[in-house]
Amino acid sequence: MVQKLDTINTSKIREDFPILKRQVNGKPLVYFDNAATSQKPTAVIEAIASYYKNYNANIHRGIHKLAEEATLAYEDAREKSAKFVNAGYPEEIIFVRNATEGINLVANSWGRTNVGKGDKIVITIMEHHSNIVPWQLLAQQTGAQIEFIEITDDGMLRQDQLERAIDNSTKIVAVTHASNVLGTINPVNTIGKLAHRHGALFLVDAAQSVPHMKVDVRDIDCDFMVFSGHKMMSPTGIGVLYGKREHLERMPPFLGGGEMIKEVHTTNASWNDIPYKFEAGTPDIAGVIGLGAAIDYLNRLGIENIHVHEQQITGYALSKISTVEGVKVYGPKSPKDRVGVISFNLGDIHAHDLASILDEEGIAIRSGHHCAQPLMEFIGVPAMSRISFYAYNTEEEVDVFTEALGKAGRLFKL
Amino acid sequence: MSSDIYKDIILDYYRHPRNFGDLPNADIRVKDANPLCGDVIEMQLKVQDGKVEDIRFKGKGCAISQASASMLTETVKGKTLDETKALGKQDVLNLLGIDPGPTRIKCALLGLKVMKLAVYGFLGQSVTDEVKQLV
Repeated sequence: MVQKLDTINTSKIREDFPILKRQVNGKPLVYFDNAATSQKPTAVIEAIASYYKNYNANIHRGIHKLAEEATLAYEDAREKSAKFVNAGYPEEIIFVRNATEGINLVANSWGRTNVGKGDKIVITIMEHHSNIVPWQLLAQQTGAQIEFIEITDDGMLRQDQLERAIDNSTKIVAVTHASNVLGTINPVNTIGKLAHRHGALFLVDAAQSVPHMKVDVRDIDCDFMVFSGHKMMSPTGIGVLYGKREHLERMPPFLGGGEMIKEVHTTNASWNDIPYKFEAGTPDIAGVIGLGAAIDYLNRLGIENIHVHEQQITGYALSKISTVEGVKVYGPKSPKDRVGVISFNLGDIHAHDLASILDEEGIAIRSGHHCAQPLMEFIGVPAMSRISFYAYNTEEEVDVFTEALGKAGRLFKL
Repeated sequence: MSSDIYKDIILDYYRHPRNFGDLPNADIRVKDANPLCGDVIEMQLKVQDGKVEDIRFKGKGCAISQASASMLTETVKGKTLDETKALGKQDVLNLLGIDPGPTRIKCALLGLKVMKLAVYGFLGQSVTDEVKQLV
């Protein structure tokens, strides 16, 4: 059993999340679908409401008080985001809709100018579709090749394949920091070094890591990193692309429109400086302000404390689940190799049937292919059930969940 | 939805699907998936004198999708193509004996959709919007 460290006060944190008070099907909500999206604390909900109530205005070009306040709050959130992942400069933070859009931006803007026929793009079999399909589109357009790194039985990336696949024809290596299915935390520092040794750039999909652990873009030395606000207590519709200044400055725009230009004439236009070159049109101002408030909230809890809490609850859940007859758990055995994500199957119960049965107990889990069909095919299952934790989840909730698994087993006469 | 939907009969069809497998000499084979959840159903029909002479299905997915597809194959065997085309959502719910609720109704109707695609395909007719919207 993992020793209790009490890094955070869960019952106090739960007070900050109004939704956790609600009942589902007459039972207290057990929200174990955090890898899909997290719940939002009052501080974030109020920050968004305050923008609309008190200083709603479009940003940057307005010469009036409200515009000034809105611009300040928007740019303040950019600085907070930069500090949160230890970026060297705020202008290395580009606001996008989500991690998916961030990867599409890189694949289109950087990809189309730097990737050609015969070049190689190295990704892994455990990627979310968002880190596969943009590269497939780029490969179709350019004639580049995609190579997938496979995993071991424990759900770890095959080091031998990494070393073989990444070569001098490799233009970019794009890897998830933490798998949304297996929970595996990948050795991004060493993969980045390997990429750079061969002159390739390194993109990290940090959608499942930035909300849950200390992530440092300069320590990892990645060229690009993407993450989504809604998985880290912010509203949906806001995400971040981090890019090294030297790359962003050379890249052509992704979307054209207002804000991203310096001058526009009938025959030509010149581009604004970064980050604005990549933020065409009115952005999700409220979303960005919400993200800033979420980062403040996460900093108050302490991201390292959240990580320790989640490792503890993951260890507890792994040991509890293993006591349920007929359960098969996927991914690393040790909680230290994981974020708080556990995928599993129970007997021959299909994941959707299991999710329906647990829903009746007020337990929200995810079921299906988790937008990772190549991984499902590689492991050889059509679907999995997944639970995923955040700062507000408790071991008591794990007990409720384990109890419900037993009920599902009895219902299906396993 | 309540877990009452997992009645013995549904579990029985899930674990021991009737008319499961391949139909050699099938006149038409149609496969479709529910992209939201990945459930897959393939229907294979042998048609004789305007009737479904024989039928098999294959698939992967939840108990609701697989059981309802299997039950449907039993229902349409021997029926005319017109009768098969006339089957609707309520017929499937009657077969299952439950209402799977709004999130799982698509699981229940995937088999019906594939069956209709097969019949329309065999007749060389274009599929109606009603069929396309089943799942």
